[in-house]
Amino acid sequence: MNQSLHAAANPIIVIHDLVKQFGRFAALRGVSAEFVAGRLYAIVGENGAGKTTLLRSLAGLTQPTRGSISMLGTTDLRSVCRQLGYMAHPSLLYEEMGGMENLRYFARLYEIQDDERCARTISAVGLDPTLIRPVGQYSQGMRQRMSLARALIHDPKVLLLDEPFSNVDARSARQMTHLLTQLRDAGKTIFVVTHQASQLEHAADEFVHMEAGVIVRRTREWMTAEAP
Amino acid sequence: MSALATLTRASLSKDLRLEWRSKDAINSMLFFALLVVVIFSFSFDPTAEESRRIAGGLVWVAFLFAAVVALNQTWARELRNQVLDAYRVSPAPANALFLAKALGNFIFVIVLEAFMTPLFIVFYNLRALGAAYQLLIVSALGTWALVVNGTFFAAMSLRTRSREIMLPLLLFPISIPALLATVEGTTAILTGDYSPKFWIVLLAAYNVVFTTACLLLFDKVLNAE
Amino acid sequence: MLRRAFPILGVLTAALLSYGLYEALIGAPIEQSMGEVQRIFYYHAPSAWTAFLLFTVNFVASVVYLIRRSIKADILALVTAEVGVVFCTVVLVTGPLWARPVWGIWWTWDIRLTSTLVLWLIYVSYLMLRRFSSSGQTPLMAAVLAVFGALDVPLVYFSIWFFRTQHPQPVIGGGGSIDPKMLQVALINWAAFLCFAGLVSWSRYRLELLQREVEETEALEALLDSGGAP
Repeated sequence: MNQSLHAAANPIIVIHDLVKQFGRFAALRGVSAEFVAGRLYAIVGENGAGKTTLLRSLAGLTQPTRGSISMLGTTDLRSVCRQLGYMAHPSLLYEEMGGMENLRYFARLYEIQDDERCARTISAVGLDPTLIRPVGQYSQGMRQRMSLARALIHDPKVLLLDEPFSNVDARSARQMTHLLTQLRDAGKTIFVVTHQASQLEHAADEFVHMEAGVIVRRTREWMTAEAP
Repeated sequence: MSALATLTRASLSKDLRLEWRSKDAINSMLFFALLVVVIFSFSFDPTAEESRRIAGGLVWVAFLFAAVVALNQTWARELRNQVLDAYRVSPAPANALFLAKALGNFIFVIVLEAFMTPLFIVFYNLRALGAAYQLLIVSALGTWALVVNGTFFAAMSLRTRSREIMLPLLLFPISIPALLATVEGTTAILTGDYSPKFWIVLLAAYNVVFTTACLLLFDKVLNAE
Repeated sequence: MLRRAFPILGVLTAALLSYGLYEALIGAPIEQSMGEVQRIFYYHAPSAWTAFLLFTVNFVASVVYLIRRSIKADILALVTAEVGVVFCTVVLVTGPLWARPVWGIWWTWDIRLTSTLVLWLIYVSYLMLRRFSSSGQTPLMAAVLAVFGALDVPLVYFSIWFFRTQHPQPVIGGGGSIDPKMLQVALINWAAFLCFAGLVSWSRYRLELLQREVEETEALEALLDSGGAP
């Protein structure tokens, strides 16, 4: 059955009446929610429900029209950006460079100059750090995993993933899901926007259902029996 | 401060490396530059005496057009996979990215100028009557003036329709004093008729003013949705 | 009170423009060397002064917007840019019209005329940016461009000034002293143009403000609308 969840004490993310409009189109119509640390939240819903906009707002890439987001105790998202890792459907990687080269560069953005660490992160997502093939020639599964490595390199507390499983082969998807549960168990807070909620059926702590720019319910299990 | 320098250097070397690897842009740019020189040479066919007087203008207009094509490419690689989002989400200062791109463009355009200049000398039988070393100063200052604003406006154009035409539309009016100074300075040196000192000072002032403005305002432009 | 001020300003503008026209064409004395053609000065110069004033307001409004993100500042910037470009166009058209009969050439790289041309180009590019921007933050980009333009102005002026000392050419509009009666007529016309600029800017401002309010209301409606959910 539907089991609504009450936020435990000390939520690390508090969203209050978040509204985002693009001209006449309201992507978010007043989202209010609290999220606790150390959980894997799956954000699900139809196209146009506002999932991506919500994620981008959490990442600080989109300024709200109204409302507020408090993350790790502050509404200034820029100040906690070191604790955020972001991944989207485009890979956010340079196609012309190899995986290790990409990671070395993006690690620099966080003042990390540790090749060893880059190699470890690439291995952690199940890829070969010595592979010199440019990312543009990777399969989608490999590309998404490398993008995840990029989001993880600075060991953020919060991970924001937008459609990580899109067009990805089953094995890569399983691998990523397994990694995400490991990261969650290690204390990270993870948000995954996905169409393929079934992928996270056993991994997610909570499913956040969105519809037409609002959160309509939060459930502990993905209800495949319930018609959309 | 040092974080800025390190990151700028890392970004710049990345860009140079990638450019060197594919040589995509540089090859097409060089050919474009050659075409521009040839077409200008057909259009203006002066005697040796006249040529010194108009060469300054001709050469710099040719450089300007070649530079615009280069500037339009500035953010092409970043756009491909929304890499700018990764940058915006990180704590990295926007200025590091700007400086890296501006310096990269500067090197790029200097290479183009170095390529086109001997061609112009050949086609127009040019010989500098003034102090030739000053040409290097004028070129460096004039190129930076174009490139610093060009990189900035290229970023601005990312958020417009008709991106490629917006860049010159925004760049040309603001660049008029710099262009005038560069042309006049070059002509002064080629003809040896008068001193280019005023123009060099003006270019330096222009560069200081606009480099500062770009550095102060780039963050806002990068993070505009 | 504002509602009543508008028609009063309208009447004042009409009166001043008529008076100014009379004085310019009939009242003012004939110029010594140029003859009747010189009368165009009473439109050329005040248009220039008005344009510069409007562009200055644009710069201030843009800076205010950068600091405060005030919507009203943004609208003021837009309006002054538009009206300023119109007056600038008048200067650029009357300049050559004056120059041709008097000096036999359409254009000289006269410092004032050339500076006006560059200013016109900068502000037209400003208006184009506003029109072509697909960003949600057009006012911010425009304000940044306006600041760049303002920083450019002194550099434009100096570069052309020095260029002119290197390549002397006729000066349109003459330097030096001006007959007091002529100055008076010019000032009357300037007052008229300022009122006219104020009138047009005010209307445009109100129009733009209303337009934005409509957009905001529509957006709010879209927000409250359940969007077709069952």
